[in-house]
Amino acid sequence: MKRKFLALCAATAALMVGATAAQSATTLETVKARGKLICGVSLSTPGFAAADDKGRMQGFDADICRSIAAAVFGDPDKVDFVLTNINTRFQALQSGEIDVLSRQTTATFSREASLGIDFGPTVFYDGQGLLVPKSLGVASAKELTDAAICTLPGTTTSQNLTDFFRTVGGKFELVVFESPDENRAAFYSGRCEAISSDRSDLASIRAVANNPDDYVLLPETISKEPLAPAVRQNDSNWRDIVSWSVYMLMAAEEKGIIQANVDEMAKSEDPEIQRMLGGADELGKMLGLDNKWGYNIVKGVGNYAEVFDRNLGEKTKLGMTRGPNTQWNAGGLLYAPPVR
Amino acid sequence: MLFLNDARFRAVFYQFVAISLVLLAAWAMYATASANLAKQDIATGFDFLSRQAGIAISESSIAYGPTDTVARAILVGLINTIKVSFLAALFGTIIGVLVGIGRMSTNPLLSRLMLAYVELLRNVPLLLYLFLWYFLIILVFPPVRQAIQLFPGFFLSNSGLAMPALEWQSGFGLTFAALAFGIASALVVRGVSQRRRIQSGKANAGWIFALVLLVLPVLAVWASGAISLSWSAPEAGRFRLTGGLQIRPEFVALLVGLMLNLSASVAEIVRAGIQAVSRGQWEAAQALGLPRSRTLRLVVLPQALRVIIPPLTNTYLTVFKNSSLAIAIGYPDLVMVSNTIMNQTGQAMETIAIFMGIYLGLSVAISLFMNWYNARVALKAR
Repeated sequence: MKRKFLALCAATAALMVGATAAQSATTLETVKARGKLICGVSLSTPGFAAADDKGRMQGFDADICRSIAAAVFGDPDKVDFVLTNINTRFQALQSGEIDVLSRQTTATFSREASLGIDFGPTVFYDGQGLLVPKSLGVASAKELTDAAICTLPGTTTSQNLTDFFRTVGGKFELVVFESPDENRAAFYSGRCEAISSDRSDLASIRAVANNPDDYVLLPETISKEPLAPAVRQNDSNWRDIVSWSVYMLMAAEEKGIIQANVDEMAKSEDPEIQRMLGGADELGKMLGLDNKWGYNIVKGVGNYAEVFDRNLGEKTKLGMTRGPNTQWNAGGLLYAPPVR
Repeated sequence: MLFLNDARFRAVFYQFVAISLVLLAAWAMYATASANLAKQDIATGFDFLSRQAGIAISESSIAYGPTDTVARAILVGLINTIKVSFLAALFGTIIGVLVGIGRMSTNPLLSRLMLAYVELLRNVPLLLYLFLWYFLIILVFPPVRQAIQLFPGFFLSNSGLAMPALEWQSGFGLTFAALAFGIASALVVRGVSQRRRIQSGKANAGWIFALVLLVLPVLAVWASGAISLSWSAPEAGRFRLTGGLQIRPEFVALLVGLMLNLSASVAEIVRAGIQAVSRGQWEAAQALGLPRSRTLRLVVLPQALRVIIPPLTNTYLTVFKNSSLAIAIGYPDLVMVSNTIMNQTGQAMETIAIFMGIYLGLSVAISLFMNWYNARVALKAR
């Protein structure tokens, strides 16, 4: 708690003295001069951002950071990961402590309008759900009237729950924990009947339970949670770079470009693939990047499907299906604008 | 210059300069911060306080719902903070005084036991104890559907203790007023009778009179039939017990943690205070034939209080500030509610300013009260 508070103070202090300095150079210039991208990720969320046994940061959010680093430097490993707390994440971005925030953050109107930040494209379409023990015999979230529900503080979680039970016309007991570990422990011990969070997060909570089969995810999705990376406001060029690094992952999947075949695909006759991988036109230059930025992203981290499968997919502990996170032409919501 | 040599002028002048510098620095920080925030298009100001809070708070001593304002949500958090700190200070002091006296006991078993108690509690960070108490509660007690029934209507589970509660249908204000009147008049009678006793040196029956005055108004209100009460007993709902009075495990863990931590500090302060009273006082009381317990109560403790009060003030301030550790175990105190609000509105600086201001204001109020009390018990030189 103390560390969080110190971080908040530091961010506030940085906001007071450092913000002018950070604004004098564009983010791209700052990042290039530093030789590294600084990316804000979550503390410990397996599947999104968590260090593996070798200390390397793994996860979906971490790979988004790597693709931006690959676009800027041609090397996906030129990233420093900064662990951001849920309460201080926006301040860390505002104050210039991090260049981009890739931390399971929901894009909302008031955040974009009042926090001095801009959101990039949605990288993961999520929604808030509820996880309950199977033994409870509950089939719908509407039955959970008068139950106790464990959540993490702030974010939109508690507000969504409150709104949901107001529509259903019931009451519930909200038990809020600052740390994910206490939150999970309270749920497993039966202090709460249900635990609520983004569905992706619940998959992660279920995966680390002693016996994952004892828990069931309720069918309701009580909110829309489009998770997107965020950058500081008023730096159009940097926002473009972040957005198009994400779009490149999606476009590569659409065109069937994968990490293993990117060198072959670079010789393709398809004009769009040529533009994407730097074989034709000079699209990279327009963003102030190397012309092979798209090639570097796919070579470094793969395409969207590879990133998803590696971190969240059915072969991982989280075992998530693609759901709405499939390509538009397969009935999903991923729709990268044309690269031209 | 002549007036610079005047000691009185210099004293005032330097203070003036120092205060001006501090104010200037504060203003410069405020101005820079707001300019930078404006430049980055980050919303500022306190308008968000009147917006709808939109969050549920599980524990609230005043009427509160998600449609109430942000300011009221912060007030709910503040009242929760005060509630837990006050109870922790009260019980912690009582336990601490007993342990402190036990430390001085001539019985080696008792005094060593008390020593172990103090050292165990003082030398481990409070946060770890909070986790310990909380996990003990939620892991040892069964889930609410298998709650243990202690007595009819009393249920113990890892969701806390549920018990029947008295609900006032009417007459609450009247009873409260009668009780306040009773206490005030009893105090006056007690003062008068005590003065008479000291003057005449004879015991009198003033205490009976005071006692009668204390209960009479409440009984009168009761007899007049203005009070109507009803019992609300916890009932098993589909998932948990509803109705009655619910004491939640988060509150209990925090209260126990703060209380025990405080009691260890108080015990040491009391011991030091008692030891500061010179041996001559003990011996003089013994020579007068007073037994040990009365010596302690009538001779030593009143003198020890003078040494005890100043460090006790610090301890109370600590317990008040430590209550913010509530956030670790899910008790909705001021900091937790503020954090949630900060997260929803994104106005970190304003929210932090509010809760820092509240902590500062209340801490100063506690010290002022304790200073006043200290002045009252201090040795009056006649």
